[in-house]
Amino acid sequence: MPRRVAIGIRGIGHRVIDSTWRLGYASRFFLLILLKSGTSLRRFSLVIRELYFTGVLSLIIISVSGLFVGMVLGLQGYETLQRFGAESAVGTMVALSLVRELGPVVAALLFASRAGSAITAEIGLMKATEQLAAMEMMAVDPIARVVAPRFWAGVISMPFLAAMFSVVGVFGGYLVAVVLIGVDDGSFWSQMQNAVDFRYDIVNGIIKTCVFGVAVTAVAVFEGYDASPTAEGVSGATTRTVVTSSLVILGLDFALTSFMFRGMS
Amino acid sequence: MCHTLMGCAGGTFGLKLKSRQPDISSLRRMASETLVEVNDLNFSYGERPLLRGINMTMHRGKVIAIMGGSGSGKTTLLRLIGGAIVPTSGHVKVAGEVVHKLNRDDLFQLRRKMSMLFQFGALFTDLSVFDNVAFQIREHTDLPESMVRDLVLMKLQAVGLRGAHDLMPAQLSGGMARRVALARSIALDPLLIMYDEPFTGLDPISLTVIGNLVRRLTDALGMTSIVVTHDVQESLKIVDYVYFISDGVIAAHGTPDEVRESVAPFVHQFVHGEEDGPVTFHYPAKAYASDLKLETGLA
Ligand SMILES: Nc1ncnc2c1ncn2[C@@H]1O[C@H](COP(=O)(O)OP(=O)(O)O)[C@@H](O)[C@H]1O
Ligand SMILES: [Mg+2]
Repeated sequence: MPRRVAIGIRGIGHRVIDSTWRLGYASRFFLLILLKSGTSLRRFSLVIRELYFTGVLSLIIISVSGLFVGMVLGLQGYETLQRFGAESAVGTMVALSLVRELGPVVAALLFASRAGSAITAEIGLMKATEQLAAMEMMAVDPIARVVAPRFWAGVISMPFLAAMFSVVGVFGGYLVAVVLIGVDDGSFWSQMQNAVDFRYDIVNGIIKTCVFGVAVTAVAVFEGYDASPTAEGVSGATTRTVVTSSLVILGLDFALTSFMFRGMS
Repeated sequence: MCHTLMGCAGGTFGLKLKSRQPDISSLRRMASETLVEVNDLNFSYGERPLLRGINMTMHRGKVIAIMGGSGSGKTTLLRLIGGAIVPTSGHVKVAGEVVHKLNRDDLFQLRRKMSMLFQFGALFTDLSVFDNVAFQIREHTDLPESMVRDLVLMKLQAVGLRGAHDLMPAQLSGGMARRVALARSIALDPLLIMYDEPFTGLDPISLTVIGNLVRRLTDALGMTSIVVTHDVQESLKIVDYVYFISDGVIAAHGTPDEVRESVAPFVHQFVHGEEDGPVTFHYPAKAYASDLKLETGLA
């Protein structure tokens, strides 16, 4: 019995040490990316190429999802608000939900599964097929040439994608509430304009998306670079990217929200 | 170091020395400049020692073959020469510098003068054939795009794939990918090229073409080529010197003529591809009978 317990405790110890080690390794990797970003910023075409893959190609899924989420918000908002005779406030509700929460969070979750997983898979495969080793042998630093451009492309595209999500979402809410249900057009927009504060709502939303963008892309490039160089290694890393970054997004969202929106204003 | 025709490490087979005058080529070899020097090199992945006391000397303008069964550590040796891994003890000197003592910047400076052809090509899958070959030229020089284009097409012409320059790596056959990788590795006319099994998977025609290309490039540019290969007959035609690795040591070494005529059991087995000999086909294991649980009592 005590032997079993000892083994159990040792197992826990191993895990703790391993995760701590990995966290340190990841942080060091993150610092390296920042230090070696000079090339990406000097040769911005490298980042632009990746912006196309991470940003432009994510537009469709982000827009379509935004539209549906906005439409659902319109329906549910109307359903609830009309009980209090406040159906004209549906515009406010749709806009605030999107700008403060759903825009940043859902867009980041979609971004993690669409672009983050692709980044991980691509870097992991480059490692598995010795492309990164070949690059090192050519005296070109893979972190500067491969990782950093992808990182910055992700960080740059995230806020725009989230903004797109919110805009299309508001339009979806408008479609359902005004066009389909027949809420008054003028009050829909004017109440929204009055209630949404630029500094308090929009800027905070943008801050969230920037934080999520850094988190998701950092997780994605790290998992790719750290993947063991086999088919299973890469597929495992891809899954970990989606799982880890989703958890990180939701956790960070709670933390950020609790600082930003405290029921005052 | 290993100028003698006897094996350098303990327990090795010496090649039979033919009784003739020291030929001119070996005199020239002594006189010419040493580019790569491997000195008492030891390496192990974890517990199992993989390379034990390797010594080699490679001169400019020579093609050197490294032969040995698969898993004998040939790729590992190339990685040690390229500074990708650090030896357990001993050292590798390239152009007078101890590779594993260099800091990263100096190592990268040195690597601009060497290049490596990976076993499976390792082409950049997100770049076209043209951009693959242009990669190093663009990264390390400021040449105008028109000149990059000329250089790239020249290199592709040399491997017979100028017409394939706008294909993506996924559209190439294994042999074509190898040839593109070869064109890429000579893009900046390095001093040292390491080829990891360049002939595997090539048809006989491309094999001869690539073999001759390696020879011609080496002579024309005065560089050093290290060719890891299993293709004994083809490589004996083009190389200047051969090292055989077995069991982590240099089992034998010599010029192609010496190798062909050698009666050392190891070399003979390898050159003629015989099943029986000092090299065993099996990875070390416990006795077959005991692994199959054939106890004397039960059997
Ligand atoms: N990264 C590694 N970690 C642990 N063992 C390895 C690694 N790479 C290769 N090996 C082992 O080292 C031995 C030699 O490998 P390698 O140098 O690739 O042989 P060769 O190229 O001669 O076929 C093999 O037994 C292989 O299993
Ligand atoms: Mg090998």
